[in-house]
Amino acid sequence: MSRITEAFKDHKAFIPFITCGDPDLETTKACILEMAKNGADIIELGIPFSDPTAEGPVIMEADNRALSGGVTTDQIFEFTKELSREVSVPFLYMTYANVVFSYGIEKFMKEASLAGVSGLILPDVPYEEKKDFSEICDKYGIELISMIAPTSEDRIEMIAKEAKGYIYVVSSLGVTGERSSISTDIGSMVKLVKENTSVPCAVGFGISNPDQAAAMAGLSDGAIVGSAIVKIIAKEGKNAPQKVGEFVKAMAEAVHKA
Amino acid sequence: MSDTKGRFGVHGGQYIPETLMNAVIELEEAYNRYKDDPEFNRELIELYNEYANRPSRLYYAKRLTEALGGAKIYLKREDLNHTGAHKINNCLGQALLAKKMGKTRLIAETGAGQHGVATATVAALLDMECVVFMGKEDMERQALNVYKMRLLGSEVVPVTTGTGTLKDAVSQAMREWTSRIADTHYCLGSVMGPHPFPTIVRDFQAVISREIKEQMLEKEGRLPDAVIACVGGGSNAIGSFYHFIEDKDVRLIGCEAAGRGIDTFETAATINTGRLGIFHGMKSYFCQNEYGQIAPVYSISAGLDYPGIGPEHAYLHDIGRAEYVAITDDEAVEAFEYLSKIEGIIPAIESSHALAYAKKLAPAMDKDKIIVVTVSGRGDKDCAAIARYRGEDISE
Repeated sequence: MSRITEAFKDHKAFIPFITCGDPDLETTKACILEMAKNGADIIELGIPFSDPTAEGPVIMEADNRALSGGVTTDQIFEFTKELSREVSVPFLYMTYANVVFSYGIEKFMKEASLAGVSGLILPDVPYEEKKDFSEICDKYGIELISMIAPTSEDRIEMIAKEAKGYIYVVSSLGVTGERSSISTDIGSMVKLVKENTSVPCAVGFGISNPDQAAAMAGLSDGAIVGSAIVKIIAKEGKNAPQKVGEFVKAMAEAVHKA
Repeated sequence: MSDTKGRFGVHGGQYIPETLMNAVIELEEAYNRYKDDPEFNRELIELYNEYANRPSRLYYAKRLTEALGGAKIYLKREDLNHTGAHKINNCLGQALLAKKMGKTRLIAETGAGQHGVATATVAALLDMECVVFMGKEDMERQALNVYKMRLLGSEVVPVTTGTGTLKDAVSQAMREWTSRIADTHYCLGSVMGPHPFPTIVRDFQAVISREIKEQMLEKEGRLPDAVIACVGGGSNAIGSFYHFIEDKDVRLIGCEAAGRGIDTFETAATINTGRLGIFHGMKSYFCQNEYGQIAPVYSISAGLDYPGIGPEHAYLHDIGRAEYVAITDDEAVEAFEYLSKIEGIIPAIESSHALAYAKKLAPAMDKDKIIVVTVSGRGDKDCAAIARYRGEDISE
């Protein structure tokens, strides 16, 4: 069982996201330590991209702040490598195809694996285009996460059959960001997935409070939360870590009980 | 090596969120069903001819030819189309297709505003809802086009993210499409984005080279020696090149916006300064930094102010079939003024990039050679900006 899949073994998984370097790597590190301490089961580390087309305004602005602060992919590899010595929670990178492609797919996976990263999410690489990335991911023991969306329908079977780590179930149409309610029939999406794979499913996009997180985890194997955390960091800046810790604690407890 | 759908050599593909995959698959299926359908084509040709004023003229620019003293220059007058640019060719095709697919709403990005105006026009004609995304900076540069879109019944949404230009408008239109797919077609304005857009837009713009070929054979009894067009994403250029690609003796020349020069950071010349990348749904050449962050490009022309180029152009460059040259703001502005004075034709600042290269090339060619320059649009929209460029402040 991979490190990522293992994180779903004992209970439903809570998966927070953070943009590396927003507003600086020191703050990111302090937030990640708080996340790990307060019950995060997997942590998604965003490598910022200048033009993140799947993100709503909150994460877009986080990417901007991080890039304006001068953070680079190389710095993030170095940062993750150090962090992996202190934190046992599995890490994933989340970024865009060009960040990986431009760095060199092979070189990127090699560095990611040296940094102790277990998985990779590329929201602009769908099933049809994944081979160029997944073959090299496999070589370096990095699990390329597959996404399914409310519009996937007849594609779910094909995607699920080749999925690794966990399946990222996109809760609703549109980009990342908080939503007051989620109307998609998550239950039937997850059911279709389960008919085709034993890989766990975690729901993301739009989850911002413990009730939503518990509800989504109840229908699946876990909940992913990004914008709600990034929003705390945007508001609190360097003082964010403690608040992020408190938020993660409440969310993780809700998810673990679901 | 990538061997997925919609490839031009290594370029192209479908690098988009899963949420949009069924939408582009549905679009491809619909396009394959209708592209050779006689009824669809009859309707489209009727719209082209009766509504958009096609075929556009292939005009022999006698005074320009004589002044430059070399090759004979013909102008393909896409500026005479309804709405004043080539953009209407694509919009009529896509909107008609969207209508057949049962879509009731169009969304579009726009840079100079020409594609936005063309989409808004077609939406009015076909009774569809329309929302256009436009960079905030471009809305200021092209205020008249913003007014026109609203007059035509469209909503214009300012895009403030990033550099507030065409690239950000494309990103925002893609985000909007992700959130509303069932009734909405994304009427992409250039030969870019995920498959099938580069192919669909090319096919609808290929009417330009089909006409050039017929008109040239009629007027001169032979093919031209060179075809020149400006390139941002590259839709008027691929439309001008397409039916000549197999005619190896016809030089195909795309003119990129060099902005303040390709040795500065203020440039949008993708082939000349970019490298291979993945962005906006496609693999192609992009202006980017060493970490793959997309560069904030610059050109005086809002329509060419884009950090990428369509995948088919990237391929034509790779195989050496087409040449891509860079034209600076200064050269384009000079050509804008030159054509206005010598032929009484005010070209779009985008098209002026192609004219600027023709000015360099024609004198170096023999008098029995023939050049076709595509005047992709009219320059009315640019007059205030060019006046400003020359230090004169006029109100529109």
